Amino acid sequence: MRSPVGLDATFAALADPTRRAILARLALGEASVLELAKPFDMSQPAVSKHLKVLERAGLVSRGRDAQRRPSRLEARPLAEATRWLADYRQFWVRSFQNLDALLEELKRNGKKQGRASRPRKRK
Amino acid sequence: MNVRDTFKCTPSGEREIIMTREFDAPRKLVFDSLTRPELVCRWLLGPEGWTMPVCEIDLKVGGSYRYVWRHDTKGTEMGIRGVYREIAPTERIVHTEKFDQAWYPGEAIVTITLAERNGRTTLTMIILYDSRETRDNVLKSSMERGVIASYNRLEDILAQLVSK
Repeated sequence: MRSPVGLDATFAALADPTRRAILARLALGEASVLELAKPFDMSQPAVSKHLKVLERAGLVSRGRDAQRRPSRLEARPLAEATRWLADYRQFWVRSFQNLDALLEELKRNGKKQGRASRPRKRK
Repeated sequence: MNVRDTFKCTPSGEREIIMTREFDAPRKLVFDSLTRPELVCRWLLGPEGWTMPVCEIDLKVGGSYRYVWRHDTKGTEMGIRGVYREIAPTERIVHTEKFDQAWYPGEAIVTITLAERNGRTTLTMIILYDSRETRDNVLKSSMERGVIASYNRLEDILAQLVSK
């Protein structure tokens, strides 16, 4: 499990559509700042800024090549964030279904106990 | 309507999420199920594969609760803790909520109310987060399917790359 700060940073980084588009491009293979700037019609400094956010979130790593410093996608934080997002609502949907079953059981038990303890007046 | 179909999860105001759900049982039983540890650990489990090895509840104002979930096969653990601020038996509970893993920063305040009508109980849960940003991030899980879909697409692409 990654540090809490890490997951928060992942969500902050993913909140921006340009950064998601950059990630989608990097999913096809590593790319330099120049190569990323072209299709997005953005200046290199603007792309660099987004890359820094993605790097801090652990979503992207940069190569050693001093000239190109290619960016590469890091998949693991993304997988963790996706899992959490998909699970939150599902957690409650499933838990409440469990609760339905438990309540049925409690109602049955209550009736049984009620019959046993209540003195019979009629008949 | 089947009670299963009564689940709703919607944003409210700037910082809240409201969840509602009906149950085919009197409110006392629902209240017990929310506050007695031997009952809570039997339903508050989420998707299959999770158990709740730790479920401690000190049901009094200022008392705390502690839940830990564990995945059977993966061994992953998830924990949550909080403090009770208000308890009105069978009607209303207010408590704080903080995940060990800090899915969101700070604490949330959870208000649960139970209303009974014709033997059915409506549970309303209001979760108040400490900022709009936090609330919106949590809500993405249930509302913004497009966002999830785009993450899924990314994952598909990743999976293809890995399999090549």
